[in-house]
Amino acid sequence: MLSRFRPAAPGGARLSARALRDGAEAHARRRDGLWPWLFVLPLLAGIGLFYLWPILQTFYFSFTEWGVFGGSTWTGVDNYVRLVSDPDLYSALGNTVLYTAIVLLGIPLAVWLASLLNTPGLRFASFYRVLFFLPYIAMPTAIAMVWRIIFNGDFGILNFLLSLLGIDGPYWVSTPGIAIVAVAIVGLWSSLGFSMIVLGAGLKNISPEYYEAAELDGASPWRQFVSITVPLLAPSIFFVTIITVISSFQLFDLLYAILGSQNPILPKSFSLVYLFYQAGFVTNEKGYAAAIAMVIFLLIGLVTLLQFRLQKKWVSVD
Amino acid sequence: MTRTPRIRRMPRWAAALAAGAGLTVAIAGCSSGSAGPDQAAGYTAPDKDLTAEITYAFWDATQQDAIEANIAGFNKEYPNITVNLDVTPWEGYWTKVQTQATSNTLPDLFWLNGPNFQLYASNGKVEPITSEIDAGAIDPANYPESLVDLYNLDGTQYGVPKDFDTIGLWFNKKIFEEAGVDTPTADWKWADLTAAAQTISDKLADKGIYGVAAGMDGQTTYYNTIFQAGGDVVSADGTTSGYDSAEDRAGLSFWSDLIASGASPSIPQLTDAPADQWFTSGKVAMFYGGSWARSAIADSEVKDDVDVAPLPAGEQQATVIHGVSNVVAANSTNKQAAQALQVYLASKEAQTEQGDLGAIIPAFNGTQAAFAESYPGVDLQVFLDATAYAKPLPVSKNSAAWNAVEAKLLPDVFSGATDVDSATTDLATQMTALLAKE
Repeated sequence: MLSRFRPAAPGGARLSARALRDGAEAHARRRDGLWPWLFVLPLLAGIGLFYLWPILQTFYFSFTEWGVFGGSTWTGVDNYVRLVSDPDLYSALGNTVLYTAIVLLGIPLAVWLASLLNTPGLRFASFYRVLFFLPYIAMPTAIAMVWRIIFNGDFGILNFLLSLLGIDGPYWVSTPGIAIVAVAIVGLWSSLGFSMIVLGAGLKNISPEYYEAAELDGASPWRQFVSITVPLLAPSIFFVTIITVISSFQLFDLLYAILGSQNPILPKSFSLVYLFYQAGFVTNEKGYAAAIAMVIFLLIGLVTLLQFRLQKKWVSVD
Repeated sequence: MTRTPRIRRMPRWAAALAAGAGLTVAIAGCSSGSAGPDQAAGYTAPDKDLTAEITYAFWDATQQDAIEANIAGFNKEYPNITVNLDVTPWEGYWTKVQTQATSNTLPDLFWLNGPNFQLYASNGKVEPITSEIDAGAIDPANYPESLVDLYNLDGTQYGVPKDFDTIGLWFNKKIFEEAGVDTPTADWKWADLTAAAQTISDKLADKGIYGVAAGMDGQTTYYNTIFQAGGDVVSADGTTSGYDSAEDRAGLSFWSDLIASGASPSIPQLTDAPADQWFTSGKVAMFYGGSWARSAIADSEVKDDVDVAPLPAGEQQATVIHGVSNVVAANSTNKQAAQALQVYLASKEAQTEQGDLGAIIPAFNGTQAAFAESYPGVDLQVFLDATAYAKPLPVSKNSAAWNAVEAKLLPDVFSGATDVDSATTDLATQMTALLAKE
């Protein structure tokens, strides 16, 4: 009875205190004038100069044809017309979405692993945490080198292990369609550590009383996981999902390093950012590259917006 | 292989705005600007006590020792000119130089290769050597003619080659002996290679050894066979692609046939380990390799079993020749010092030293003896004799644009996924359109 009653009282108190504080803040704002702006100016100047201004410039240049060494001519929407009819855009979009989907599979895995690591009284918990986090802080290029050897079709350890199970493994990094899956496996593996740290922090915020109460009511560990851990972890899961989607949409370095710039199937395995890189720095079409960058920008913005909308349906912050 | 990755790690804040913005930073980093070559300067050798500080940029760190030796020689003549060396590995070199050219901050003297030369020359980024030729400081007749032409645009000479490379047929004598096949000779034709490769692949299949390694790189493989078939990649006037000609198709089919018959490893196999690695690990009997492969092969486990022969002839004998050139930036503020170094590096003395110390073939006629003798038991003279029938690497003003189309369409031809005729028709159409845009 008591535990049911308890959350309500401080909640109500918090609400009224907050209303008071908001009023005070509004009052303070009027009095402070330009001072607050002065304090955030250094940060704003940096963001303006290195983020907002380049975005505006890129937007402008996406309507131009840009010479290799600068100098641009206005071409209107030509770049976008060409982009919409470029089959490479759709294959790059498909590859990027496939990669993102596979890497997202790592989140349920991370939830499960994080709750295992959070088991009270687990020995060597810090050791395991370090172990899972290591790939995240390792150099992507170094990771790629090692995985490229693992993925080798004839002499790689992965296909050797598969052969023990009687499976004839593919040429992982040189078969169209499979290469992007191979890259995604590495992406999933290397992002697991970060997700687990964030989720682990979220788990620590769940009061043990819920579990005690559930245990008294006779709930199984699985039931506790589904009915307590997952819903209360939802804000952390949401955060990790957003971060993962955004960074997956920016797939470039793993793809570049695992497949190699000479790989004959690379053109079929382009991600969106690779398409941008190819146009901007390999074939010297910077205006076209700017248009691709704007499309990526909009896509990431839209997907993130969509996620914020959808979160209202499943993330409850109380 | 050195690669330059982009960092993908996200900041903790999940702001979509910031995420998208990261992408746009790179592209906006290059602001516009243009500059033409300074026409006024006529070249005269500078005073011996000229004081200046110049930068010399290149990509091949293995040549650094030879270059430092060159600079030491240069400083005996001009003790007060300080030369700073700027080495950027291949993968990052072109991005860097392009950015520098855009912002008019190019190094005073830098390496340029065939595929990129016309791009920089036509945009006025490099200084012609006309005045140095007029002053008698550089004589183009001292270098292989086809390579001198590579650095000539619309009748103006912008540089002379500092070195050159040609392609030869490297082969493993031990594997030939094991399979009981006669080793390649200078008289070989395409059919001889195909037959030998097939026999070796069949006989040594249980050891995983193949006859020949195909490749996916134009310079070492299919450009050679296209020339041998009598075809052209870019027409002489630089306006049309030759890929839809019967000759070019024959040059490409040569490779797809070798892969289809199993005489060569498959394209996926050649991706996991490139042709030169197959050869140095003793898993193929032959591969088309450049003269630059010498040092890698001489360090490998097959070093005592190899030799080299001229490429087998098709309709005619041919090989691709290419070489790097030292060019002076049009915007250099120390042009006289930079040109003095350019002249010195093109001299017989400097190039002989390059040949003695480096892994390269110097371009100055008559300085190549050191290279020919640098691998006892291997007939490296083949690479020098090849200059007699060599053709320059096909290039245009924006070579990278159609190189990307080649890289996209040709692998499917070699693997047999698409037929040669339709793929080359497509390739030729796209490439000719790109050439028209230049």
